[in-house]
Amino acid sequence: MSLELRNISYRVAGDTHIFPTDLELSEGGFNTLLGTTLAGKTTLMQLMAGLLIPTQGEIWFNGRNVTGVPVQKRNVSMVYQQFINYPHLTVFENIASPLRVARASRAEVNRRVEAMADLMKLTPMLGRRPSELSGGQQQRTAMARALIKDADLVLLDEPLANLDFKLREELRDELPKLFADRSCTVVYATTEPGEALLLGGDTAAMYEGRIVEFGPSGMIYRNPSQLLSAQVFSEPPINAIRVTKSGNELVLGDDVRWEASGKTALLGDGEYVVGIRPHLVSPIAGASQSVRIDGRVLITELSGSESVIHFDHAGQTWISQAHGIHALKVGDIASFHFDASQCLYFTPDGNRIDPQGGHA
Amino acid sequence: MARITLDNLRHSYADNPRGPEDYALKQLDVTWDDGGAYALLGPSGCGKTTLLNIISGLLKASQGRVLFDDRDVTDLPPDQRNIAQVFQFPVVYDTMTVYDNLAFPLRNRGVAEREVKSRVEAIAEMTDLTGMLSQRADGLTADGKQKISLGRGLVRDDVNVIMFDEPLTVIDPHLKWQLRSELKGLHQRIGTTMIYVTHDQTEALTFADKVVVMHDGEVVQIGTPVELFERPHHTFVGYFIGSPGMNVLPCTVEDGHAVFAGQRIEVGNVSMKDVSGKKLEVGVRPEFVTFGPEGIPVEIENVSDAGRFRIVDARHGEHRINLLVGEQDAIPADGARLSFDPQQTRLYADGWLVN
Amino acid sequence: MSTKVVNQKGWLFVLPVVVLVAFNAIIPLMTVVNYSVQETFGDNIFFFEGVKWFKQVLHSERFHAALGRQLFFTFTILAIEVPLGVAIALAMPRKGVWVSVCLVLMALPLLIPWNVVGAMWNIFALPEIGLLGKTLNILGIDYNFTRQPISAWATLIAMDVWHWTSLVVLLAYAGLSSIPDAYYQAARIDGASSWAVFRYIQLPKMKRVLTIAVLLRFMDSFNIYTEPFVLTGGGPGNTTTLLSIDLVKVALGQFDLGPAAAMSIIYFLIILALSWIFYAVMTRGEE
Repeated sequence: MSLELRNISYRVAGDTHIFPTDLELSEGGFNTLLGTTLAGKTTLMQLMAGLLIPTQGEIWFNGRNVTGVPVQKRNVSMVYQQFINYPHLTVFENIASPLRVARASRAEVNRRVEAMADLMKLTPMLGRRPSELSGGQQQRTAMARALIKDADLVLLDEPLANLDFKLREELRDELPKLFADRSCTVVYATTEPGEALLLGGDTAAMYEGRIVEFGPSGMIYRNPSQLLSAQVFSEPPINAIRVTKSGNELVLGDDVRWEASGKTALLGDGEYVVGIRPHLVSPIAGASQSVRIDGRVLITELSGSESVIHFDHAGQTWISQAHGIHALKVGDIASFHFDASQCLYFTPDGNRIDPQGGHA
Repeated sequence: MARITLDNLRHSYADNPRGPEDYALKQLDVTWDDGGAYALLGPSGCGKTTLLNIISGLLKASQGRVLFDDRDVTDLPPDQRNIAQVFQFPVVYDTMTVYDNLAFPLRNRGVAEREVKSRVEAIAEMTDLTGMLSQRADGLTADGKQKISLGRGLVRDDVNVIMFDEPLTVIDPHLKWQLRSELKGLHQRIGTTMIYVTHDQTEALTFADKVVVMHDGEVVQIGTPVELFERPHHTFVGYFIGSPGMNVLPCTVEDGHAVFAGQRIEVGNVSMKDVSGKKLEVGVRPEFVTFGPEGIPVEIENVSDAGRFRIVDARHGEHRINLLVGEQDAIPADGARLSFDPQQTRLYADGWLVN
Repeated sequence: MSTKVVNQKGWLFVLPVVVLVAFNAIIPLMTVVNYSVQETFGDNIFFFEGVKWFKQVLHSERFHAALGRQLFFTFTILAIEVPLGVAIALAMPRKGVWVSVCLVLMALPLLIPWNVVGAMWNIFALPEIGLLGKTLNILGIDYNFTRQPISAWATLIAMDVWHWTSLVVLLAYAGLSSIPDAYYQAARIDGASSWAVFRYIQLPKMKRVLTIAVLLRFMDSFNIYTEPFVLTGGGPGNTTTLLSIDLVKVALGQFDLGPAAAMSIIYFLIILALSWIFYAVMTRGEE
């Protein structure tokens, strides 16, 4: 089902929660809404579902205007962050509930519930109550209930956020496969950039009530057109460094400079922002054209297979994420290297320069 | 600061425990060195919060002793153990200002006001709260409140150990990163023993010098992040640490070599003496699996984009093998074969590492 | 332009209630206002008097006395019931089997019809045959609530405390139950005394609930009629004649409808004003 939001905005008592925005989701696609907690993801999903009525603008499902249509008539399912199940019903009854509302026959209910339980790995729990299940199983029950309805639009609002790290990983792995065979449109809200990438599909990067950018996840990650999208879509946070262009060089502080190339060479002199992802800044010297920057180490975090080092250069804080263990001492001056051609260049207002060229 | 020893510790919440399943904590003998940054890592229900509460004195263990620097503190209440604890949900005294919150533990102990002022200001500076000292505590954001909780622990100079019980749970994800780094930075500055409980391996591995991995009430392995990563003692550790976790594949032993899918797998120089009759598995992390001209034939099921690398879901029959490839590296369309780095492939018998 | 589809049929459900309330409350209220500005000599003959009744009431000694008694009563019972209620709520167990038992015990006084409460205490306190009255007299205390104003007041206040403290207890208990364990644990670690725990953790968290409790008790006690009337009839003499009792005496005893109606409106405005002040004071500092 294709979903279109035309000039949608949402205001409550003078506060704008969603600024006027357009969005077009194709049929059967997996779409992620990525943004921080107050970015407006939940509000946007509630507008799509019909739980909220937009202050302005229209919503179209499959070429039909559904703006005033209440949620019960929109054929939508929603899964929440808190595992929401009917506490007094068994897992079987929970999953069956939408079918019972639709008055399906007993045989059909049994068949479909068992098939869904098998898909969600809940078959041994069918006779239990939600309170007897673990968090992951409760969330699977909620998802089973949402999916069995076979709705045209399935909305998932940070469904994995309350689960343990490993469980989250497992469920996230299963999600795209669950939806691969269905024709429903999926909208999935999350605060973690890693999830948006792993789930594939399209991503809408949101910030403070606006959709900053929308497109295929990999493309937004590697080729953002806005500094904001790069920042939203980055964990650890992207290094956004202020540089000055002078002549045909880009200058950072006193000691770091490199030659401008491509479209950046055509820019006038002035202040710009360079975005470079932490995994492209390394304590190990790279190829010959890499730029060297010496900074004072602030914090070192060593995980099993990689090191994250925070350092300061000319008053700006950088983060370097490198493979392997680099046990640098806090307070020491260390050298880091990055490849200038992998930088993303932005104007001070955050618009991308050279959108076709840069790597991520 | 103190060295903490857990001696013969067991704990059950039931009044009359009968079998091992009644015990939230089974046999534990652990020593935590002075000044270290430790993490207690494990899934929900593994007993890590129980253990933390026993160390802090909020809970008394059914059996065993807790020693701080050879002093038996098993029966001492929390306020006499000189510990500080930061909880999952920020605990602040809403009606007091930030300053008064930080001063509270000192004032309760009768410290002179001038000393209170200098300690509070020093800690506020360390935790970046200096600008908010005169504000009411309930007006701060979640991460600000957690900093106050943390500050209340730091402000006392007699603190033996600071404990964190999943402190980043309510923090906004984009701030989690920052607060976590700040905690690490704090440890690097002041060097107090810190124990950090979490189910999130990234938090545990980046914060701690040594990680205690727990599963089902027992300590499965204690080691540095590198040790846990490269030499997991148990398949659970291999699975739990690393995203994605270690590939664990069933194998057999023939002629003193491990065999999977009809191919010999090099597992280094291990003694195959005691392995007969046990369930044998080969473990190798996705980071150490590569495509090659020879090796195990696989079908590519799926490729996921993880930003700076890609995760390939490969199948040999019904067995799944994950591997990581760089952003630019080629993935063979068919006829793909995988080989494992022999230095990083391990053999497990009944789940435990064979040396 | 968004098309809002709003279903107006829901109002039909409310119509019967609206009609009922209009009949039973609004129309009589209008009647009261009507009477308060007119004088009648019967036979449906009314003379418009304007604010005469209001002036008369406000200047009457009798009204001042009744108001004074009422204020004393209300503030005394608030001063006793709120701290007592909080103390009992603090002492009640929060977990385990005894929780239900305590809650039921606390709820019992609230279930008894008010005139029965008055009658119970009347008999209970009779100096010759009541358990309380007789016991007090045996112990040497000269107690007779039908004759001595002090005894009457003491009994009146004791009755109200017995009857209504439970409300404060239940509300305060609900507020206390919402405090997560982590707060108590942190306080233990910080070395806080029990008083500090009460002052900095329990009291602030109970504040909202206590505001409701105080407001409810304030308004109810200002309106109180049944229990004191059954207990003492307003006596001995008029020493326990609170506002409502006085009002009924004027309206139905003397059949002075004008002054009675004026008194009603004045009481209403007093309660409104004091409630507003109370609420503003207790919620200042909150957003």
